[in-house]
Amino acid sequence: MLRFVLTRVSLVVPTFIGVTLLAFVLIRLVPGDPIETMAGERGIDPERHARLLREYGLDQPVLVQYGIYIGRVLRGDLGKSIVTSAPVIEEFATLFPATIELALCAVIFALLLGLPAGVVAAVRRNSIFDHGVMTVSLAGYSMPIFWWGLLLILLFSVKLGLTPVSGRIDLLYYIEPVTGFLLVDSLLSDQEGAFFSALSHLVLPAIVLGTVPLAVIARMTRSAMLEVLGEDYIRTARAKGLSPLRVVGLHALRNALIPVVTVIGLQVGVLFTGAILTETIFSWPGVGKWLVESINRRDYPVLQGGILLIGTVVMAVNLVVDVLYGVINPRIRHTR
Amino acid sequence: MTEATLETGPVPASGAPPHPIVEFWRYFRGNPGAVGGLVVILAVLLLAVFADVVAPHSPVVTDQNAFLKPPVWQEGGSWTYPLGTDAIGRDMLSRLIHGARYSLVIGLAVVAISVLLGVVLGLIAGFAGGIVEIAIMRLMDIVLTMPSLLLAIVIVAILGPGLMNAMLAVAIVVLPHYVRLTRAAVLTELARPYVTAARVAGAGTLRLMFRTVLPNCMAPLIVQASLGISTAILDAAALGFLGLGAQPPAPEWGTMLADAREFVLRAWWVVTLPGIMILVTVLAFNLLGDGLRDALDPKLKR
Amino acid sequence: MTRTLLTTISAVAFALAAATAGAKTLVYCSEGSPENFYPAINTTGTSFDANSQVYSRIVDFERGGTQVVPGLAERWDISEDGTVYTFYLRKGVKWHDTQKHFKPTRDLNADDIIFSIERQWKESNPYYKVTSSNHSYFNDMNMPKLLKSVEKVDDYTVRITLNQPEAPFLSDLAMEYAAIISKEYADAMLKAGTPERVDQEPVGTGPFYLVQYQKDAVIRYKAWPKFWGGKAKIDDLVFAITPDASVRWAKLQKGECHVMPYPNPADLDAIRKDPNVQLLEQPGLNVGYIAYNTTKKPFDDKRVRQALNMAINKKAIVDAVFLGSGVPAKNPIPPTIWSYDDSIEDYPYDPERAKKLLAEAGYPNGFETDLWAMPVQRPYNPNARRIAELAQADLAKIGVTAKIVSYEWGEYRKRAQNGEHLMAQLGWTGDNGDPDNFLHTLLGCDSAKSNGSNIAKWCFKPFDDLVVEAKRVSDQAKRAELYKKAQRIFHEEAPWFVIAHSVQYKPVRKEVIDFKLSPFGRHTFYGVDLK
Repeated sequence: MLRFVLTRVSLVVPTFIGVTLLAFVLIRLVPGDPIETMAGERGIDPERHARLLREYGLDQPVLVQYGIYIGRVLRGDLGKSIVTSAPVIEEFATLFPATIELALCAVIFALLLGLPAGVVAAVRRNSIFDHGVMTVSLAGYSMPIFWWGLLLILLFSVKLGLTPVSGRIDLLYYIEPVTGFLLVDSLLSDQEGAFFSALSHLVLPAIVLGTVPLAVIARMTRSAMLEVLGEDYIRTARAKGLSPLRVVGLHALRNALIPVVTVIGLQVGVLFTGAILTETIFSWPGVGKWLVESINRRDYPVLQGGILLIGTVVMAVNLVVDVLYGVINPRIRHTR
Repeated sequence: MTEATLETGPVPASGAPPHPIVEFWRYFRGNPGAVGGLVVILAVLLLAVFADVVAPHSPVVTDQNAFLKPPVWQEGGSWTYPLGTDAIGRDMLSRLIHGARYSLVIGLAVVAISVLLGVVLGLIAGFAGGIVEIAIMRLMDIVLTMPSLLLAIVIVAILGPGLMNAMLAVAIVVLPHYVRLTRAAVLTELARPYVTAARVAGAGTLRLMFRTVLPNCMAPLIVQASLGISTAILDAAALGFLGLGAQPPAPEWGTMLADAREFVLRAWWVVTLPGIMILVTVLAFNLLGDGLRDALDPKLKR
Repeated sequence: MTRTLLTTISAVAFALAAATAGAKTLVYCSEGSPENFYPAINTTGTSFDANSQVYSRIVDFERGGTQVVPGLAERWDISEDGTVYTFYLRKGVKWHDTQKHFKPTRDLNADDIIFSIERQWKESNPYYKVTSSNHSYFNDMNMPKLLKSVEKVDDYTVRITLNQPEAPFLSDLAMEYAAIISKEYADAMLKAGTPERVDQEPVGTGPFYLVQYQKDAVIRYKAWPKFWGGKAKIDDLVFAITPDASVRWAKLQKGECHVMPYPNPADLDAIRKDPNVQLLEQPGLNVGYIAYNTTKKPFDDKRVRQALNMAINKKAIVDAVFLGSGVPAKNPIPPTIWSYDDSIEDYPYDPERAKKLLAEAGYPNGFETDLWAMPVQRPYNPNARRIAELAQADLAKIGVTAKIVSYEWGEYRKRAQNGEHLMAQLGWTGDNGDPDNFLHTLLGCDSAKSNGSNIAKWCFKPFDDLVVEAKRVSDQAKRAELYKKAQRIFHEEAPWFVIAHSVQYKPVRKEVIDFKLSPFGRHTFYGVDLK
């Protein structure tokens, strides 16, 4: 097991270096620079511009800059944002929990609906329910989620007034950030209504972000279940007179979960792309919006650091999925 | 028409398998979703081709007396602009019709670019092996690890916003899927006896690549490509929504949505309609792709 | 044991809640996160709004106006030749003692003033590079060239000597970048090895002190009881950061905030109808325009420029793009600035005459041109592309084919300043309310050279003479006269198609008392009360 994990980790290292280098080089290829961009219509005289570039170390060849940067990263220093002068890691730490909270809730939403829907669709293959689930999930998979978000706001917040429009919580509540997850912090703060407020702010964004994963999970669960249900051991279990619930729930689902877990793992990157759009629509203070802004402002350290951190998370999740895969299905572990 | 011909066509002599295309069509036809998708796509295609004839107005001409007119069935609407007008008095219906051109072109062009590049890179990786293969596949891993929308945004930022650049960015972002797919298929095929046979017969590497191996890995590529069209349309629309795709006055649906966002509380039609168009078109391509997969993937046939 | 502890805590919490129940809390739905809490390196109104609550300056703009009034300096003298300014500081001004890492031991004095200026001016100052050395406004206002010396006469008197007379100097000092920070705090943090803290946990002498800041979420302030002007009428001030305009409006409607900036023009009708909300409005201190490149054919001919001015339908642009949030402009300075010449009559929309004029100039069949549109939304121009599209359609009617061009924003400005365009949109937001800040900065010969902000590249001697002279005179009436003459020349020569001045709208809930619009578009909450 340990060796298996180690091999996976060693494979990750070159990718990791590649990702940071690519982010580093690409952002510098974008025309303009942070100082120009900050100057706006008033502009900046070339002499002061050159001096500031020197001060930020941006006058060096890109590879030299990269070397210096990697050196600092290895010492745990991701640099400071050029626009706000705040350490990148600090900004990330305040914004990342919001993204995680949103993404987790989206996945939970997708699982809660997607798994049962997929299982039932498989068991009742070719029924109306099955066709319905497949059609709806394909529509969900085809959904332009930026539009979906606007639509839901229009319906639930504006027309029906059921959910708040944006933000993470009513500002009435003064929540001291402990974990950064408002659902947890609001409970810790012991203020009446705070938790409910945080929850109601989460509903729409989580649905929007969860739509595509929901569709994928439902479809995946269905096809995995279909395959498993056709296997001999299930027939045997049925023949042995085990209750259908036990057969489906215990034996079939357990094995069908493997591809589903993989799919969820692979969805992490997709989820992040969705988070960028969702955060933009709901004014959600997360890292997606932060990174897009950093491109617009040419805030090199933020984009570099952000991609590095996000890349780490994506790779870590993929690793965990790999390992989980081994846990759920011992066969895989032993054959490797 | 075609359908009828096929059905009444000469029945192949018993024992002889039907022509692959005929067989494919049989499977495909049995899938109502896929046929529905195909019909929608044909409709969108017709709209795109005959946009100039079908659209009642020009998609770019503004009417300064009709800013944000609602659709005909709502109070204040008129038959002049059946689906209303946008913020500077352009006919929504005409813009939506012309938008079909953009989405189809985007979908097809992106897939064409990425399939071409992907197949070539995948073939090279599969055939060359060694350091070349490692380099190509690592590069693809890197592209996959970067959040795709973010990467696309950066690429567009480098090249400058615009339709061409947005298509290129999306093509690069989806490239790894095709490379991986091709390489995997190549590796499987290379192990087969017929390849060895061709080698022994003295076929050159190029011939081996394109004449012997490639045709045999087409099925998964076709499926991936047909599904890829929908991804491409969605991604390009997302870029348009962030103001980085096709530039106004081009009536690309995502760009129209971005332009309309500020009117979400006041004029539902400018926000809702382009989204519906995107959804329907993408859904149609996905249905078609599903149908193709079922018909082409022998494993799922029975 | 644990149990009693818990009850005590909740009892305390309850007491706190009861105490804050009577407190007046004003919530402002701001449009974005501030860059940081060091105004000297900030460039956005968003940042200035956030940190001007905390700091005071030597002099201030009166609330709701552009007149300069006493701030930390009670009064001042200006020497006869206009180069020596002597400031007499207020006594007993208390620094905030509310931050964890620093407790002030003395009141504000001349050292703080000198430190705050030198920090941006002299590279030898240990704080010159702390946080950032990009002191944008200090440089934009030309301070490095203007300042000769800043001296301490005694603890409460500071003398500033300039290299040359500069009429707008006092206004320059009232701007946010000139905020006064504590030298004692800076020294203490330098010693502790954490100099950046000065800009993260700000200690000021302003009406509010900072309690909490969470990026992209919230900023909380409390009224500073020992503020030199007397404690603010509200007790708590909260900035709810809400980037989306429609969302801000939804929050205001629900009573989740009291004041919001930059409403969506599309929502204005609904806002006007809401009985709980009052819509304040005022033309902003800005101008949006299309500059003709007067050094290139065909725009070197003023008849062509005049013809185009008559060919573009200004009203349609203002209606369609500004959606009522702009007033059509005829002069290069906004009407809220003194010396604005209202007697000038704008070019009418008259394609026929435009065509004739073009024919006279030798272009009976029109010509081809580019038309630049910036890629970003600016306060003076909500949607440059949409304006370009409308103008393009208008120009087509007189035979002029315009191609819409855009570049990345920094690139756009640089290329426009190099004069690579034929027609380019741009605009300006005033810094200090002085006409010089528009007429000399945007249209003088000094800035017509490459890299200058005069992107019409329009260097017209009779005009330039007027605006340069107006810089040296300190009598306002006389300056106004010079500026009025300059505006006439501008109208006749038509180097710009002036589009509009955007109107700043401020939806404010009815329970808010005495909120005043700032012509600079800032948000000052000192002096505001709640019902």
